[in-house]
Amino acid sequence: MHIVVCVKQVPGTTKVQINPETNTLIRDGVEAIINPFDENALEAALVLKDTIGAKVTVICMGPPQAESALRETMARGADDVVLLCDRAFAGSDTWATSYALAQGVRALDKVDLVFCGKQAIDGDTAQVGPGVAEFLGWPVITYARKIEIKDQVVRVERVFEDGYEVIEAHLPAVLTTVKEMNVPRMASLKGRMRAKKAAIKLLDAAAAKADVNEIGLKGSPTRVVKIFTPPRKTSGVKVDGSEPLVAARELVAHLRNQKVI
Amino acid sequence: MAEMEYGLSETQKEIREMVREFALERVLPVRAELDEKEEFPTELLKELGRMDLMGLYIPAEYDGMGAESMLDFVIAIEELSRICIGVSVSFAANALGADPILIGGSDAQKKKYLPPLAKGEKWAAFALTEPNAGSDAGGIQTQAVKKGDKYILNGTKQWITNGGEADTYTVLAVTDKKRGARGVSCFIVEKGMPGFKFGKKEKKLGIRASATRELIFEDCEVPTENLLAKEGMGFILAMKTFDVSRPGIAAQGVGLAQGALDEACNYARQRVQFGKPVIANQGLQWMLAEMATQVEAARALTYGVCRTIDSGAKDVSKLSAMCKLYATDVAMDVTTKAVQVFGGYGFMREYPVEKMMRDAKILQIYEGTNQIQRDVIGLSLVKEYAATKK
Ligand SMILES: Cc1cc2nc3c(=O)[nH]c(=O)nc-3n(C[C@H](O)[C@H](O)[C@H](O)COP(=O)(O)OP(=O)(O)OC[C@H]3O[C@@H](n4cnc5c(N)ncnc54)[C@H](O)[C@@H]3O)c2cc1C
Repeated sequence: MHIVVCVKQVPGTTKVQINPETNTLIRDGVEAIINPFDENALEAALVLKDTIGAKVTVICMGPPQAESALRETMARGADDVVLLCDRAFAGSDTWATSYALAQGVRALDKVDLVFCGKQAIDGDTAQVGPGVAEFLGWPVITYARKIEIKDQVVRVERVFEDGYEVIEAHLPAVLTTVKEMNVPRMASLKGRMRAKKAAIKLLDAAAAKADVNEIGLKGSPTRVVKIFTPPRKTSGVKVDGSEPLVAARELVAHLRNQKVI
Repeated sequence: MAEMEYGLSETQKEIREMVREFALERVLPVRAELDEKEEFPTELLKELGRMDLMGLYIPAEYDGMGAESMLDFVIAIEELSRICIGVSVSFAANALGADPILIGGSDAQKKKYLPPLAKGEKWAAFALTEPNAGSDAGGIQTQAVKKGDKYILNGTKQWITNGGEADTYTVLAVTDKKRGARGVSCFIVEKGMPGFKFGKKEKKLGIRASATRELIFEDCEVPTENLLAKEGMGFILAMKTFDVSRPGIAAQGVGLAQGALDEACNYARQRVQFGKPVIANQGLQWMLAEMATQVEAARALTYGVCRTIDSGAKDVSKLSAMCKLYATDVAMDVTTKAVQVFGGYGFMREYPVEKMMRDAKILQIYEGTNQIQRDVIGLSLVKEYAATKK
């Protein structure tokens, strides 16, 4: 069983700053971390490695600095790590990123399962997991919180706000994971020492057989027109409902005031 | 600002970083609850095992990290102790339990008992103290009588850290009453051996996350191959064990004192009285200055002793006792001052320093009270100067 985990490096802060001129994230001076949902994806893969046996490869598309995220995944138990790194990838939107990652997966030895986090905390689109599946032509099950694998079939509990559904898919497949799935392990000392010295495999656009027209800014149909922080909503007026008659009168008065009625 | 340069190896820096992360991410969120509920940190210990840290003091041939370095282990204890010594003693007591095997065990005994400890699959405890034998360890009454291929143990051990939670126990018992301390032997006893039971779990002032229990031996059958070294070697094994375990207690003191200093400095910056943060008062700054100096001095002494042990030095009793004595007295003093810096808030359970002060007290008591440490140091001086008399 060969499992691939897609990991993104993101700014380690919830107060994301945006450069108003380029409409891109300001990354300088912000500590980079592994996207938290991807940590759950990695943990899910490592649990399968521990229980049914698997080789776990982590793939990351990003600049050379993303190496540190890959070393961290190796310290936790990933067998192999691959950095998809090429200037031609820069500026990729979710479409181009999905394509590039799918090409990365194709470049590896036969893959049975791909894990992604449900979304990245910087962009929050939740599109790349399903996108990778689409480009690979594989089934995708999003928001997985529990998985079981038997006879080349994966059975998944797919969670919503108000419940869950149980879905099966034939392998190979793509799954995206939610936070409640597991608690990511901390790296072992042996793992950390090994990861420090390990060689990181680099895959450029040519090696991934990626069509240059499908990646980077050129391959990205999305155009970001403007990014801004929406103004805070002012809190509304609360009407005490303990006396229905009084409350109704007050409500009508407010509505009249606002010229709604 | 420069930090003290202790010349740590890459591995030691890695250990410091990973245990610090673990303590902040895993221990800090639960420490108050573990204390309040007097709950043993089972999951935390399991994770420390998975992180290879239970094997820090065990040679590679027995599945440990192979470092065989006191300092590696002490750094891990220090970082855990910065957040909670209830957790760090549960971690460190494994080494205390395993040390007699490391020091006096045969290759077969080591092969059988050390790998599961190194991998964190099993835990260990050390049992010397009895109701009538504390500081006077030579006064133990638990008996071991040889019968065929077994020893039959009878007696009660008291206040055993990790008692009930551990699988592997190193137990001291009298094999020859007439020979006093030279009639004491050390045995490996496994949980589940016939006649081996646990008494009540103690309710304590501090380190409430740790488990302290009675061990009861009623015609407990222990195979003769579980005798460590030779009959009569038990007391010597225990003393050699303390030589290498006391720096671990010193590390608990250093970490705990550092944790209290961290809390005190952060609080003093925030608390405003008379229109300014209380840290702006010279009276308080001097107290913090003294605390910081004590912590660094305790760390320097402790690391120095560890390096001496790691260099292979023999007869380290005096030095081990010195770092245990000094660092744990510092911990008591610094945690008490930290509560003072917090004022009334420090007395409240909502803030962490009252727990630190309660916890600190045990460090001056276990693994030999600090009076006994002074005894050990004093006796060494007597010997040392008698040998150099001119
Ligand atoms: C929480 C906890 C965990 C423990 N864990 C373990 C464990 O895992 N394994 C284990 O074997 N034991 C353990 N102990 C026992 C511990 O090591 C003893 O409590 C300690 O050695 C002191 O013995 P005592 O309590 O009987 O005090 P005592 O020996 O009765 O001493 C009473 C007082 O007299 C002083 N005193 C005694 N003799 C002298 C002397 N010669 N000179 C000057 N002063 C003296 C002592 O310093 C102390 O102040 C634990 C104890 C506690 C409280």
